[in-house]
Amino acid sequence: MATDQASTRIVIEPVTRVEGHGKVTIHLDEAGQVREARLHIVEFRGFERFIQGRPFWEMPVAVQRLCGICPVSHHLCAAKAVDPMVGGRTLTPTAEKVRRLMHHGQFFQSHALHFFHLASPDLLFGFDAEPATRNVIGVAMKHPELARQGILMRKYGQEIIRITAGKKIHGTGAIPGGVNKNVTTAERDELLDGYDHMLRWSRDALSLARRYTLDHLAELSEFGSFDSNFLCIVRDDGALDLYDGKLRAIDPDGRLLFDQIDNDRYLDHIVEGVRPWSYMKFPFLRSLGPDTGWYRVGPLARINACTYIDTPEAEAARREFMALGNGRPVHFSMAYHWARMIEALHAIEKIGELLHDPDLQGDDLCVTGPRAREGVGVIEAPRGTLFHHYRVNEDDQVTLCNLIVSTTSNNEPMNRAVTDVARRVMGGQPVITEGMMNAVEVVIRAYDPCLSCATHAIGRMPLVVELFDHEGRTVDRRIKNSC
Amino acid sequence: MPDPSTNERGILLIGFGNPGRLDDGLGPALVERLRSRGFESLTLESAYQLAVEHAALVARHPVVVFADASLTGPEPFTVSRLAPVVDSAGFTTHSLEPRGVLGLALQLYGARPVGISLAIRGYSFDGFGEFLDARALRNLEAAEAYIASFCETARADETSAIIQT
Repeated sequence: MATDQASTRIVIEPVTRVEGHGKVTIHLDEAGQVREARLHIVEFRGFERFIQGRPFWEMPVAVQRLCGICPVSHHLCAAKAVDPMVGGRTLTPTAEKVRRLMHHGQFFQSHALHFFHLASPDLLFGFDAEPATRNVIGVAMKHPELARQGILMRKYGQEIIRITAGKKIHGTGAIPGGVNKNVTTAERDELLDGYDHMLRWSRDALSLARRYTLDHLAELSEFGSFDSNFLCIVRDDGALDLYDGKLRAIDPDGRLLFDQIDNDRYLDHIVEGVRPWSYMKFPFLRSLGPDTGWYRVGPLARINACTYIDTPEAEAARREFMALGNGRPVHFSMAYHWARMIEALHAIEKIGELLHDPDLQGDDLCVTGPRAREGVGVIEAPRGTLFHHYRVNEDDQVTLCNLIVSTTSNNEPMNRAVTDVARRVMGGQPVITEGMMNAVEVVIRAYDPCLSCATHAIGRMPLVVELFDHEGRTVDRRIKNSC
Repeated sequence: MPDPSTNERGILLIGFGNPGRLDDGLGPALVERLRSRGFESLTLESAYQLAVEHAALVARHPVVVFADASLTGPEPFTVSRLAPVVDSAGFTTHSLEPRGVLGLALQLYGARPVGISLAIRGYSFDGFGEFLDARALRNLEAAEAYIASFCETARADETSAIIQT
């Protein structure tokens, strides 16, 4: 175990109910107060290097191996990045709408899984509840209808993915320049069959997240709260668009830092910083530098930064949500849950629109044209803005691969959130209690991080929480079971 | 979508693991082999990891076999009974353990399928590639023969009873 000679350190591992694992170290000062907390991601896979030399058309399938949870986001983002390599910058209506349906299905199932089965135990039972009940089984026992709804919402999203991508996991639906299948009327009718339940349950889930946030506003608004910039893609009129758009960033007061930036120019505006103690990078906005240029992505960023939402129920929910900020963006970390359920409602509204669009049954699936040797794909994944960038040689082999995944962009914010919460619950404490440990985990979970994506990791990623005193001695150390 | 309260006859076999991670793909490889043989008494499902929605599927079957690669243990495979877990053990990431899936099936649907672990011994996990170690392949063949022996000799409704013994 590493030691820090200047302070005391607390380590928490594993952080439970996040995808992958990491480690939290908490450093105390001489007065026993928290000086700094760090979320470490300790595994490394080097996926960007591994992929070099492979043919570009493999990318939409190969990159899904980054993750078993959000493979569709990687699948579609890689497809968008390699579309120009077959001359497919503008897709056919059928191809674009099948991809959008797949993407919104992914959002729906991912947000449902997170809310009902990862976050709801914290929200329903409280941060300090007994670990034996504060889990998905506890939810199943006390709120079985809610747990069943969560399962069926996730299944519905998975069925959309199966129909559009060919498989629930690691499908092949999106190909360079388009898609390899449309949605038949029988498949459409199968999805329409369960639609009304999904819409109703999405409203209920949003209502639950809203009510929880408002009922605990005083506590939550101080929990893992800090000002930040926000980044996402938006449509050309500023509307929320989860599948395609141009880059927009706002400052902590909601003022535009930049807007409508072409995805190909992302490196002009975003820098990936590194720090010696983590394999995860620390992206920041080039114009502001590393100290003040870090930003948040994901549901909170998107709801804060978009001008409006183009589906009626989600737009009404966005307006009510934004009122929390009194003219500024909403900054507290636990607001991610409410924002996430606004997006789940938006996703199911969009799914309804698409299912009634006859373009889904079209036969014009692919386009080709003058080929490019480089492509950048940007998409809003459930956890935030996702970047895929490829360059190929004359033999169509990938020579450069750069990925900035959502959790990486939220790296600095998660560290800030962990530090804030650690200061509130751990200062002056000689040991790590279950409640203290979970408070740190709760704020990390609000960001729904996917740590295996973030480090492109291999193997198991256990997470530890360690507490160190001001002389670098371990005061306490806790480990939780991991799968 | 299927109603989880609808019981289906026969065995559900879920093979889970990552086929892109060498021997970790033993479970899905078993599913593919059995699928090609077309046993009527078997319902087959392949997954990278077990998740909450598997509880609804599990709840519809009287017997569920969870086929996974094992890092250690006897060759060629081990078979053991699984009890549903209803506490917090193992509920960590987005994925669940087999006992947790059984626990959810019990809590949400009142279903008590017989849970069986089929742990196929693997050897090579640290790397990428969609192929199996030669020893793991032999173990896979033995596991396939074990499941097939029941399916070939018994009717669908008898298979469940036999494999439980």
